[in-house]
Amino acid sequence: MSEIAETRTRQAIPDRLGTPVSRLLGSWEVLLFGVAVVIFVANSFASPYFLNAWNLSDATFNFTEKAMIAFAMAMLVIAGEIDLSVAAIIALASTAMGAAAQMGIGTPGLVAIGIGVGLACGAINGTLVSVLKLPSIVVTIGTMSLFRGISYIVLGDQAYGKYPADFAFFGQGYVFWVFSFEFVLFAVLAVIFGIVLHATNFGRQIFVIGNNEFAARFSGIPVERIKFKLFLLTGLMSGIAAVCLTSRLGSTRPSIAQGWELEVVTMVVLGGVSILGGAGTIAGVVIAAFVMGLVTFGLGLLNVPGIVMSIFVGLLLIITIALPIVARRIRHMRTK
Amino acid sequence: MKKLLKHRELLLVGIIAIMVAGFATRAPGFATPGNLANIFNDTSILIILALGQMTVILTKSIDLSVAANLAFTGMAVAMLDAAYPGLPLALLVVLAIGIGAVLGAINGYLVWALQIPPIVVTLGTLTIYRGMAFVLSGGAWVNSHQMTPGFLNFPRVSVLGMPLLSWIAIVIVLLMWGLLTRTAFGRAAYASGGNPTAAVYAGIDIGKTRFFAFVLSGALSGLAGYLWVSRYAVAYVDVAAGFELDTVAASVIGGISIAGGIGSVGGAVLGALFLGVIKNALPVIGISPFAQMAISGIVIVLAVVFNARAERRAGRIILRDRGAKEVSA
Repeated sequence: MSEIAETRTRQAIPDRLGTPVSRLLGSWEVLLFGVAVVIFVANSFASPYFLNAWNLSDATFNFTEKAMIAFAMAMLVIAGEIDLSVAAIIALASTAMGAAAQMGIGTPGLVAIGIGVGLACGAINGTLVSVLKLPSIVVTIGTMSLFRGISYIVLGDQAYGKYPADFAFFGQGYVFWVFSFEFVLFAVLAVIFGIVLHATNFGRQIFVIGNNEFAARFSGIPVERIKFKLFLLTGLMSGIAAVCLTSRLGSTRPSIAQGWELEVVTMVVLGGVSILGGAGTIAGVVIAAFVMGLVTFGLGLLNVPGIVMSIFVGLLLIITIALPIVARRIRHMRTK
Repeated sequence: MKKLLKHRELLLVGIIAIMVAGFATRAPGFATPGNLANIFNDTSILIILALGQMTVILTKSIDLSVAANLAFTGMAVAMLDAAYPGLPLALLVVLAIGIGAVLGAINGYLVWALQIPPIVVTLGTLTIYRGMAFVLSGGAWVNSHQMTPGFLNFPRVSVLGMPLLSWIAIVIVLLMWGLLTRTAFGRAAYASGGNPTAAVYAGIDIGKTRFFAFVLSGALSGLAGYLWVSRYAVAYVDVAAGFELDTVAASVIGGISIAGGIGSVGGAVLGALFLGVIKNALPVIGISPFAQMAISGIVIVLAVVFNARAERRAGRIILRDRGAKEVSA
């Protein structure tokens, strides 16, 4: 069992690579894109309101904030770590912005506070994991209740409202036509993260750490420093997501973004990132974001309650991971 | 190693005693036997769940679906009781354990047969099970007046001065202690988490061991589902939301290593009691109940720091050349 698990963490190198076309068709991203197209077509048949530029634009709000965090989370998971405190960071950052807004601080100040709190939380996680060398899954479960707990201490059962009028732009503004600020930001970040992960030394080093941390250390890669940076980055993206979400909702409650950590992880795993580390692409995460957004939006148009949608998201997560494993096993049995 | 664990449990007992004594100076009634028995009773469900969680963690896995399992099973038996008041209570309890075990078996099967990482499986089933509780109930609540008195009163029946709920927890603690220290399954659970490769060579089926750990965790969650619903006399979809983290916290505080293979039943029980004492003390000493979440967060982080120190010291001699520490959950 352990041997099997071990071979799965490493990148399997097949005897023959096959043609570029067959490799492309067999890739996770193409499969996922197919799923997205099927869902899109099914949605447009299921509801007459689906194929409308403004409706589709509204649909993007379902995933843009989560996807921003998912980009950073993807890098973290590829490096073999995880951050379950992202939603709690949103809550804390949003609470800090709310408190500042009540004191009359303007929009630039609020954005700085939101992003600053995100970075600070990321730094705390990063320190605990990379300096004290603790397992990230428990550490972030702890900081998750710590961060959200602070929001609860500050707010209790109250809520912050009264944000400045121009603060609404980040969550409600449009850059041109149906393209919202959030969607444009999501697209720009997707490109930046894609380049950083797939075309820089930093990105390479992340893959090396995820595949073999021991070897990475011996190759002179500063493993701890990179992990710290990744937690910082995840905190930063959570802070940015907090700015967008708070601006879109126009209010802050301590229960804001409850359960998002699961949806973000689902998005990352659905996007083909190996939860064991060492493999994954930003393109996959982008498509996964669209798939999840389309599923939840389509079901919403059909009046399916949110909690029932979460069943679909959960099933999607398990089935998309199980399918390739089952397929591989069937293929294996045939060749025998 | 064993000495260290002993130390850790003594340490926890000491910390809990100091905490109780400290709280008693602020609120004189806090340390009375009656109140301590109340705290134990209040913590019983957490103890039961933490023991299931602990078994799963021992095998190097994690079960995040325990609270969702609890919510679904609790809802199912509450609705059955409301719809068919004639059903005997024993049948409902057996059903609760059975439903819980089936849900646990689904987790276990996905981990065992498909080799999907436990955290992914249970993140998925966490949302699915709670969603199923909604589908089952249509979002409606089952209130106390709909349930039969026998169904509601069972955990409150006083036996030898303590409610039955406390006795159930005590019996389960003893059973779990026997299971983990005196049976082949217990040995296999420790072995498959402590050193999976060695366990395979020793002839232990790790997948099967994990599967049964998940079934056990599910069965205990199912039982806790009935106990929760009858104790609080209400069943709704969001019952015990987020409680899975408390079970992980109790295990971690109790010295169960998240990397698997290390931990004791006594530790898990003390970890749960630690959280229970804090939870019950906050209102008594005048701290807002809203602070509880932040406090348990800090406690979890501190416990992890402490665990890591202890484990490193213990592992230094044996595992010097092991290289990159494998941590999975």
